[in-house]
Amino acid sequence: METQSQTPLPGAANGKDAIIRVRDIVVGFGEKIILNHLDLDVYRGEILGFVGTSGGGKSVLTRTILGLVPKREGLVEVFGENLDDLSERERSALERRWGVLFQQGALFSSLTVKQNIQFPLRENLKLSQRLLDDIAFTKIEMVGLKPDVAEKLPSELSGGMVKRAALARSLALDPEILFLDEPTSGLDPIGAGEFDELIRTLQQTLGLTVFMVTHDLDSLHTVCDRIAALAEGKVIAQGTIETMMQAQHPWLRAYFHGARARAVQRGRG
Amino acid sequence: MPHTSLISVHTQDDRLTVAGRGAWTSEHAAELEQVVNETVATYGKPAAVDFDLAGVERMDTFGALLFDRLRRSWSDQGVATQVQGVAPRYKILIDELAGADHGERPPPRRREAIVEHFGHSVVDSGKDALALLNFIGATIAAMWRVLLRPRKFRFTAMVNQIDRVGFRAVPIIVLITFLIGCILAQQGIFNFRRFGADIYVVDMVGVLVLRELGVLIVSIMIAGRSGSAYTAELGSMRMREEMDALRVMGFDPIEVLVVPRVLALIISLPMLTFIGSMSALLGAGLVSWGYGGITPDVFLQRLKGAIDLDQFNVGMIKAPFMAATIGVVACLEGMRVGGSAESLGEHTTASVVKAIFLVIVMDGLFAMFFAAINM
Repeated sequence: METQSQTPLPGAANGKDAIIRVRDIVVGFGEKIILNHLDLDVYRGEILGFVGTSGGGKSVLTRTILGLVPKREGLVEVFGENLDDLSERERSALERRWGVLFQQGALFSSLTVKQNIQFPLRENLKLSQRLLDDIAFTKIEMVGLKPDVAEKLPSELSGGMVKRAALARSLALDPEILFLDEPTSGLDPIGAGEFDELIRTLQQTLGLTVFMVTHDLDSLHTVCDRIAALAEGKVIAQGTIETMMQAQHPWLRAYFHGARARAVQRGRG
Repeated sequence: MPHTSLISVHTQDDRLTVAGRGAWTSEHAAELEQVVNETVATYGKPAAVDFDLAGVERMDTFGALLFDRLRRSWSDQGVATQVQGVAPRYKILIDELAGADHGERPPPRRREAIVEHFGHSVVDSGKDALALLNFIGATIAAMWRVLLRPRKFRFTAMVNQIDRVGFRAVPIIVLITFLIGCILAQQGIFNFRRFGADIYVVDMVGVLVLRELGVLIVSIMIAGRSGSAYTAELGSMRMREEMDALRVMGFDPIEVLVVPRVLALIISLPMLTFIGSMSALLGAGLVSWGYGGITPDVFLQRLKGAIDLDQFNVGMIKAPFMAATIGVVACLEGMRVGGSAESLGEHTTASVVKAIFLVIVMDGLFAMFFAAINM
């Protein structure tokens, strides 16, 4: 049983294998401390939903794990490797094992969707054009897009299609971990629902571990195995949705028992 | 018979048994593809094929896709295929791919042929000219509206732009024109000395700098420095829908963004031209003194005789027209930026190239005009 905890739980203690271990992380910009001695574990094969106030550092944590934001203190371990100890080559090998879906998609605007998906493949593997095309069209189909999207430029796609195309690119190298930054933001409820479903299917099909920053209460209820909540620079609670619902922290109560949360629950009956 | 680390094949009568082993993952995808293609080529059309994937330790989309290709290449010919030994965690993936209908793929984007490209360029340059005309009209109309209702004028925005394109450009303009003045004087003295006509370097530098070089160098510098900035700013505002935001709030982007910028240039460029010309004369004077032995008072005396107010006026009159050209071209290109980063780069380049080209063309036209009126 997961409890609210700020102290690190060793992965072995609850019989799970932590694929990402964040320990005692401090990140700040100038005077402002964003993450204050934060600990977090992500276990292999789970979908972790990460919630927190706007501007509270959810994206900063994601970017710190990815190495895009420097940290002042602390330790990030991914696949059991301390990211600070890796040589450049080891690091780029490790980076191939994760995929990232940025909030705005971050597709390369001068490349077609197909070229976007093939970009990491071309750079990392020597494959025939036929296999490259097969892979690209398979990924396009996996994320629920039609084949004719392949030859379009990102500026010719709708918001939902951009998200799917970007997801296809992040899956290009068959990563083991998938980072999603607000995957359903900007999608209509039907599109968001389909996207949740898609992530669940992909996670089961490809055996992914998913780290998902989200505000979507529906996503939290339907696809997330576990939820971690960030406030005041720390993880104030983690556990299943039921644990979250029972949590006493005022922010969590407001979040999970607010008007919108009640509406979602009514919808679930 | 392919016996590799990834696939081994056994035949029994007409039956084929294909056993997979090792890691069918992206790292081995290239090798696996080759083996798959060879296997299909070697065994042609057997009566039936059994696949045994029990030996496959790891599999990802790459492996599953190639397995799917292998199986389809037989099953599509009507060969009976059977799969066994698939680990449950990979079964979902294989089934997913097997169920995929490889629908119609779109043809790749066509690259334009040379002739076609040439034709498009000709048509586009015609459209460019029209767009420029249209934009000049729109800008003048917007300025007219501002003139009628001066309260709508964005004075602060204009002052801010003057600070950016005028004031902050002073150091680099001074430096460059100073160096150009030095070089002109040095070359003049070096070549005139052969005729014993050193002193005429003052006439040459005076006329050249005040009439032509001052305004040209400064215009070209500003087209590169501020024209590109205008295009990039307006272009990225367009990409982020900021222009549309202005429009739906009832503002005219030309009034809000273009007019202050163009006016700022029209005010700044004559000032920079003046500063630049003086700095070039200073450079020329110093080199004449140090290299040509022409003392400052002789230089000034000679300069007074060599040039009159007309020479100075010719240079200064041109400056605001150059400024308007640079400003309008830069803003127009900014407004035409499309959705991609590539488009932003393209239009920024076009903005600088077109502005410099037009500045030089205008300079030629002015030369003809001033010759005609004896100025």
